[in-house]
Amino acid sequence: MGKHAGAPDKLIVSGKRLDGRKFNELRPLTIKAGVIPNADGSCSLQLGETQVLVGVYGPREVFPRHMTIQDRAALECIYGMAAFSTSDRARPGPSRRSTEISKVIADALAPAIMLEKYPRTKIDVYIEVMNANAGTRTAAITAAAVALADAGIEMRDLVASVAAGKIEDELVLDLFEPEDNYGEADMPLAMMPRKKDITLLQMDGNLSPEEIKKLIEMSMKACEEIYEAQKAALKEKYKVSSESVEEEAEDGAA
Amino acid sequence: MEQLKAHIIALLEKGKRHDGRDAMDYREVSVENNPIPRANGSARVKMGNTEVIVGVKLDVDVPFPDTPEEGILMVNAELMPMSNPDFEPGPPRAEAIELSRVVDRGIRESSCIDFGKLCIKPKEKVWVVFVDIYPINDDGNLLDASALAAITALKNTVFPKYDEKEDAVLYKELTKKKMELEFIPILTTFGKVGGHLFADFDLLEQHSMDARLSISCLPDGGIAAMQKGGFGTFTEEEILNLVDLAVIKGKEIRKLIK
Repeated sequence: MGKHAGAPDKLIVSGKRLDGRKFNELRPLTIKAGVIPNADGSCSLQLGETQVLVGVYGPREVFPRHMTIQDRAALECIYGMAAFSTSDRARPGPSRRSTEISKVIADALAPAIMLEKYPRTKIDVYIEVMNANAGTRTAAITAAAVALADAGIEMRDLVASVAAGKIEDELVLDLFEPEDNYGEADMPLAMMPRKKDITLLQMDGNLSPEEIKKLIEMSMKACEEIYEAQKAALKEKYKVSSESVEEEAEDGAA
Repeated sequence: MEQLKAHIIALLEKGKRHDGRDAMDYREVSVENNPIPRANGSARVKMGNTEVIVGVKLDVDVPFPDTPEEGILMVNAELMPMSNPDFEPGPPRAEAIELSRVVDRGIRESSCIDFGKLCIKPKEKVWVVFVDIYPINDDGNLLDASALAAITALKNTVFPKYDEKEDAVLYKELTKKKMELEFIPILTTFGKVGGHLFADFDLLEQHSMDARLSISCLPDGGIAAMQKGGFGTFTEEEILNLVDLAVIKGKEIRKLIK
């Protein structure tokens, strides 16, 4: 990738990235479960300036009917970007890019979901990027796993996801927009942390096998960190405050 | 559904709602300014459990031939399937189109925006104001929540730089110019079931009611737009009564925009 108009002169200044991060540092991450009362499960995730919302419905009746699978649930993920989420207004509705991302997200989540427990039903995972600043597909996967768990759907594990890449010959974690646009390589990865099974891998750019190995290791380590944040978000939602326990006791007595 | 409707009517006979509100009470309303950094202006509105985010994006384009010296307002609503189990993915249907057009008229017809000021070069270049409505959770009355979020997002809008030579909007370079609103129009919507009228219906009430009336009112007590919806009817007296109420409720809600 050569120089583009509007590109910053340098992506690394005195050993630090343009937003002040170290090479193996995630952007600040906030995950909240149960943010959409109508949905069976939901999650909002903020990673730096990237904001993603996920709502899960199901297992429910299959629509359209021809998607029915006799021995397991059908999984449909729909990834979209809000019109105001990007610099230039994004036209609402599916594009070739969003259709592919929806598919790879479903492929990344499916191994974690016990679809065989819910034959002839459908699980809908609706993902909307509200503010985009690189890493939206990986943020979407991380958030969708939390929303699926929040929906009470039986799962083998959560799925944690992050991208890593190369900028100015340095390997770095969690690219943000200028690095994504003007860096040399980008490699999104998702895994089920318990057994370290990788469920999503994409790459574009130019990397040596040695660099790929290092990036996978860097991403897997970051996924462990993300996994903790996912679990904390779920615990936070299902935490029972002592007040509500007392209230319930009173209700029971009445 | 019939039982629910009978229950809602029985409560309204006593002037009450199923969630404890009086007939003309709104749910708790909150307004958050600029939750979306990438938008040129944005707002999040919560009305009880109903939540809507509206973002404004500005672009530069050729004006319509019949208004060569005026900017363009485009209001669009995406009824996201995550916000309501009954919403399906796909292009906007009648419900979404009605929502965006009612919000659009409440703003446009109030003349709170001077579209002449959005003209860069007559017949050639004007600002296009895209207002995109995204419900996050639909617990009824998306109309009022969307209209409030839309007008707040517009009020929060800052113009990006426009490079006339290159004919490009530089979204990363913001100017100090803010969207000028002459005043704030407020949309208030009322439901009707079994002859009873009530404000700010939630989703259960929305499913049960016969008709609704939306009224966009101005600070001086003027009315800028109205829309009746649903298969039911209103009497003349009811409409006049609701117009008066809309002005009072509008004043209360207008105070929430900061």
